[in-house]
Amino acid sequence: MKHNEILRVSGKSLIPFIMMFGLYVQFHGDYGPGGGFQAGVIFAAGVVLYTLIFGLRRARRVFSPRTMEAWICAGVLLYGSVGLLSMLKGGAFLDYNVLAHDPVHGQHWGILWVELGVGITVTAVMITLFFLFAGRGLRGPSRLDHED
Amino acid sequence: MIDILLFAFLMLTALGILRLRDLFAAAMLSSLFSLLAASLFMVMDAVDVAFTEAAVGAGISTILMLATLAITKRQEKARKRQLRPGPALLVLACGAMLIYGTLDMPHFGTADAPVHTYLAPRYLEVSPIEVGPPNIVTSVLASYRGYDTFGETTVVFAAAVGVLLLLGGRRRFRDAGWDITMGVDLREVQEIVARRQEGLKLPEGDP
Repeated sequence: MKHNEILRVSGKSLIPFIMMFGLYVQFHGDYGPGGGFQAGVIFAAGVVLYTLIFGLRRARRVFSPRTMEAWICAGVLLYGSVGLLSMLKGGAFLDYNVLAHDPVHGQHWGILWVELGVGITVTAVMITLFFLFAGRGLRGPSRLDHED
Repeated sequence: MIDILLFAFLMLTALGILRLRDLFAAAMLSSLFSLLAASLFMVMDAVDVAFTEAAVGAGISTILMLATLAITKRQEKARKRQLRPGPALLVLACGAMLIYGTLDMPHFGTADAPVHTYLAPRYLEVSPIEVGPPNIVTSVLASYRGYDTFGETTVVFAAAVGVLLLLGGRRRFRDAGWDITMGVDLREVQEIVARRQEGLKLPEGDP
């Protein structure tokens, strides 16, 4: 779809806003609806749109499958290490009260990092799944690359 | 009133998906189903759930279904539709049991439902002081139920590992210096190499 100018131009101008909205949902989850899971899906939707317009090969160059696999693990590890950190500081696993001097502050930090971990994992998983499905079972370049 | 309307549309969409042979239309209708479900959650004031349903159900899963459709055929294989009494009875019995199970549940929005007598009031009253965020759903998900959310994240991780193991296996060939995605038969290549060694001319059109 690379040569479809309307799609390319409108997609190009939409993608940054979709990604910004993903970040907004991620970090505004304390105040409004949303959180890591929804944010991850929205951010991945931006990448999916990019792939649909510019082709799988180019998208894979930006979000290489190897890196995405590392991010999948990084999110879960971030979540788990918040729990371990609270244990190191003398609390129970995932007890955020001990993370800062003030328990409410600690809760804020804990929720922020934990949600970030969820967001990272979900983003990477969604991108990986889409790449796998889009590049599956096709001999030669993916169908999305037909005009590349 | 509006929830009855939404439920009616939900039922119609589900029946439509059942009857359709055109898989592309079925994927689109299932996206519509998710959107209707999200609206229904919205009417019930479950904003976060509606958000997730709209993003995952109507968005990503439709894309994944379309990506799958690009690999297979667009039309479902024609099959004789005949009513089999055994499975139909089993399904009806299961459905009846499920409906019977819901009879004991408190009605939607009842004030004296067990969850509203001690748990919800505690979250509503104490969580702004204890945890902080104005969105109590976030405090429940990330703090009070932090273990559950950790479990959910691990489930997403495990699902991705499963899919990678099933579908991502082509890298092995590539690492071995052989890219199977090129669609070239190994025997053909060997033949060409052999011919080249013999000093024969390559047939036209070969790489």
